[in-house]
Parts: sequence; C-alpha cells; structure tokens
Amino acid sequence: MIVIKCPSCHEDRHEEELEYGGEADVVRPTPPDGASDETWTDYLFMRTNTKGVHYEQWCCRAGCGQWFKVARHTVSHEVAEVIRYEDRFAYQKEGGE
Amino acid sequence: MRYSLSSLIRNGLTGNRGWPQAWRKAEPKDRYDAVVIGGGGHGLATAYYLAKEHGFNNVAIIEKGWIGGGNTGRNTTNVRSDYMFPESAALYDFSLRLYEDLGRDINFNIMLSQRGWMTLIHDHHQLDAARHKANWLTCNGVDGEIIDAREVARMMPLLNVDGNPRYPVMGAFLQKRGGTIRHDAVAWGYARAADRLGVDIIENCEVLGFEKTGGRIAAVDTSRGRIEAPVFGMAVAGHSTVIADMAGFKLPVTSRCLQAMVSEPLKPLLDHVVISPGTGVYINQTQKGELVMGGVLDLYHSYGQRGTYPTIEKVVTAAVEMFPAFAGMRLMRHWAGIVDIVPDSSPILGATPVGNLFINCGWGTGGFKAIPAGGYMLAHSMATGKAHPLIKEFGLDRFRSNRLVDEGAAAGIAH
Ligand SMILES: Cc1cc2nc3c(=O)[nH]c(=O)nc-3n(C[C@H](O)[C@H](O)[C@H](O)COP(=O)(O)OP(=O)(O)OC[C@H]3O[C@@H](n4cnc5c(N)ncnc54)[C@H](O)[C@@H]3O)c2cc1C
Ligand SMILES: [Zn+2]
Repeated sequence: MIVIKCPSCHEDRHEEELEYGGEADVVRPTPPDGASDETWTDYLFMRTNTKGVHYEQWCCRAGCGQWFKVARHTVSHEVAEVIRYEDRFAYQKEGGE
Repeated sequence: MRYSLSSLIRNGLTGNRGWPQAWRKAEPKDRYDAVVIGGGGHGLATAYYLAKEHGFNNVAIIEKGWIGGGNTGRNTTNVRSDYMFPESAALYDFSLRLYEDLGRDINFNIMLSQRGWMTLIHDHHQLDAARHKANWLTCNGVDGEIIDAREVARMMPLLNVDGNPRYPVMGAFLQKRGGTIRHDAVAWGYARAADRLGVDIIENCEVLGFEKTGGRIAAVDTSRGRIEAPVFGMAVAGHSTVIADMAGFKLPVTSRCLQAMVSEPLKPLLDHVVISPGTGVYINQTQKGELVMGGVLDLYHSYGQRGTYPTIEKVVTAAVEMFPAFAGMRLMRHWAGIVDIVPDSSPILGATPVGNLFINCGWGTGGFKAIPAGGYMLAHSMATGKAHPLIKEFGLDRFRSNRLVDEGAAAGIAH
C-alpha cells in the first residue's frame, strides 16, 4: 500500500486518501503549430512507465487538496523524494539523466 | 499419448502412473527460426500457431518464470465477445470461436463453460446503453440480449433483487456464449500442443537485452545465454515497456495492478458470471466451488504484483451487498497481476519500429478471452511480416495517425 507524506500539510496520506495524476513533468509542446506529429504523439500517448523509480504527480485529495510530485519505486512503492509541485526533483536515477 | 476416455480409464485402473510428461523441459539452443518472448497464454498460442499454421519447426518460447505464471494464471477467466466496434467484435469473436473448438484442436480439456455472462442494469441510462450495445452486436453478427429483472432473479436466486439493494436491478445484458474457461488448462494445453510440434519451451530464462545491427535484432541476451533468430515476437503484457525499452522504442502503455480473490469452496450456488457496474465487482463460481471475485483496477503505475487491503474490503463488501448470503463465507486467496493499460483500451498488434520484432500487448484487464486470436495474429505477423486483415486497425501506428479504437466495452470495469 502506498503511503506518502504530503509536502503541504505534512500528514501521512495512504492511497485511499490520494489521487494519482500520472507521470510528472510531461510538458505540452510549444508552439503547438510548430511541433511535429512525432512530438505530439509522444506528448499525448507515450509514457516512460518505468519499472523502478518513477517521477509522478499526486493530489492530497482527502486532505489539503494540493498537487505535489513524488519519485516512487514502482515495485516496492518506496518513496525516494516528495516535492512541491513547482519544484524540481533532486533525486537522480542511477546512471543519471 | 492422446488424451481420451479410454486413456483415462486405462490409467485410472493402473494407479495413474502411466501418464507421460506433457511437455519437455527444453534447454536453450544458440539459434532458432523464431523466438517468442513471454510464456503466457498469448506467447504459448503464438508458438503453437507458428508451428501449426505456418510450418515453423524450430521455435523457442522464452519465459522468465514459469509458463502461465503471469496474468494468464492470475486472471478471473471470464470469456465473452460483446465488444462494440466492428473491428473489435470481429477480433474477439474470432477468439471465442477458436476457444469453442480449442479442446478438440489441442486435445486438452480447457473446461470451456458457456454459462452466460451478465452485466446488471441498475438505471435507465444503463438500460439505454445496453440497448445501444445490443444493437451494435446485432449489426456485428455477435449474440447478446437484454433480459428483465424477473429473468435475472430466476437465473440467480441469491442475488438481492427485491430487498431494496443499494443498486437496484432493472435487468441485465446477457451474452449466452460468454462464460469461463480454466486458465491453467489454456496455458498447459497450448504448451503441450506446441511441444508436440517441436517448440522448445524454455522457462527461468529472462530477456536482459537485445543485440542490434542495422535497426534489426540479431540476437537476444537472456539469463541463460545468447539466442539468435531472424524474427522475434513479444507477448509480455505488463512488462511490455521493459522489453520495448531494451529494443529502443516507446509504447503508450502504463502498467498497473489488477486484483482478484477467491473464497473457500462452497456448494453450487451461482450458475452464471455476473458483473455489477454499480459496485464494479464481478463474480463467478469455479467448478471446484470457490467464488472468484474481482474489482476495479488500481489507479496508479505499479509492477508490484501484490494486492492491497482497501481492494479486498471494496470487493468483499460489494459481493455481500449483491449476494447477502455470502456474508459468512471466508476468503482463501488474494493476488494481483500486472496489466498493460493503453489509452483506448484496445490491443496493440503487429509491427514495431524494429523491423524483425513483432508485438502483442495492450490487452489490459481483458486479454484472457483473446488468447487464441492474439496468438494467431502474432504468429501471422512473425511468419509473413504482414498484419492479418483482422488486426489492420490495431497497429502501434494508430497513436501517431490518431485513429484510436476507443473500446468502451473494454474500459471501465475489469473482466
Ligand atoms: C486479476 C486479473 C483478472 C483478469 N480477469 C480477466 C478475465 O476475467 N477475462 C479476461 O479476458 N482477461 C482477464 N485478465 C487479463 C488477462 O489475464 C491478460 O490480458 C492475459 O492473461 C494476458 O496474457 P499474456 O500471455 O499476454 O500475459 P502473461 O500471462 O502475463 O504472460 C506474459 C509473460 O511474460 C513473461 N515475461 C515478462 N518479462 C519477461 C522477460 N524480460 N523475459 C522473459 N519473459 C518475460 C512473464 O513472466 C509472463 O509469464 C485479468 C487479469 C488479471 C491480473
Ligand atoms: Zn496535504
């Protein structure tokens, strides 16, 4: 079961209290007209779907209602990092990116 | 040995010691004419149809664990073909028709039980949607009908229809040809049939990477050595992205847990498969008497392959709400499988950006019913290099050309 401490209200929230928002930092191509079909396809549909540490967004739905970002291992559910929505991840995957 | 009534009697009378091994434990060779990655139902069926339909006699299946240990051995075994779009209906009905004949074809009792697959109708909107679907099915030449609440109550006397249930029952959508099949029998039956046609089934053999030359795969690196082949197929369900990453292309797949559970064995009390869109829970009783129950998909990425208490609670309370008589029963087992969810709830079949690697994935929560068709199609792609006419709409390229097959009948609820 997933338990994450919300970075806004600092409460431990379990998966029933949270809402999942999918992969983090998926950025809409700009300018839209200038983006190729490939770029649009990637943006709309393709996902990293990592087996390992995955960067993702969650909402403290039953609590303060804030969205935030999490680096979580998708097998163990161990949380490597939790940050506020506007911040950037410090956690680097092995090998770096 | 052919399985038959006489072999059953003969072996029964001699202490059941004369049954031969159903398939060989193969050692990997250096080279094959075709390699199938993933020993679930889809991979096993692929190897079988490669040998049977296309005359390949030097094929390997490589499986990281044991065959049928993935979703094929973890699913709730519901089969049906009541999909809406003509291309989906054609593919899923082809699958059901192959299943209807499979026992004879592979000489293995898959325990196909076409006991009727029922979606309850709780309100007028669902009634309209069910009528809409039944009309589509009629146009597609697939069976499906709407029955009223009295008929539902007659078919399932223990269902709470009259006692003011939280989700009232107005009737149901029924596909009579739907039902269940013994899941292990599908894996074992295809394995035995493929083995008899010379296919090597190699277990405990994990794909670790590919050796590529000029945009093609020359060999696959596995935990049991390097294997060369001119053509490869992948049918690894929830691990599709992991393999695609190794091969160097992207997929629109997210991997998630789908959970299920069974009760202790009970006397026969439920003759059909029933799903409630209100509670999101579906139930059927196995031939051994256990009640198999499943619910909705976990809504976050996971390769965890294990269940959670909130889901047990939701499924069990919903089951008791539908069938108050189940209140005293005990749960026996609870588990999860990693399913491959795609944005339009339709499978991805055929070519990949890598010339000699073909794919079968994206069945998500509902690919057990599609095993014969999925295997047949992947075999066709691998043998001919071309997409079979039935899968023209299901290529990976549909995401680029924006021709999604948004199959509402597959989405929403697990089955
Ligand atoms: C709880 C649950 C209930 C379900 N209920 C239904 C249902 O009622 N009806 C229905 O139609 N469908 C149902 N499904 C969906 C169905 O089970 C799947 O769609 C189907 O079994 C997929 O078959 P497969 O052969 O593609 O995958 P799998 O059976 O998962 O096989 C894939 C295999 O690939 C192997 N593999 C992965 N990575 C590697 C690697 N690197 N190297 C080598 N091998 C690898 C795995 O070990 C696995 O054995 C359910 C699924 C679940 C989890
Ligand atoms: Zn909060």
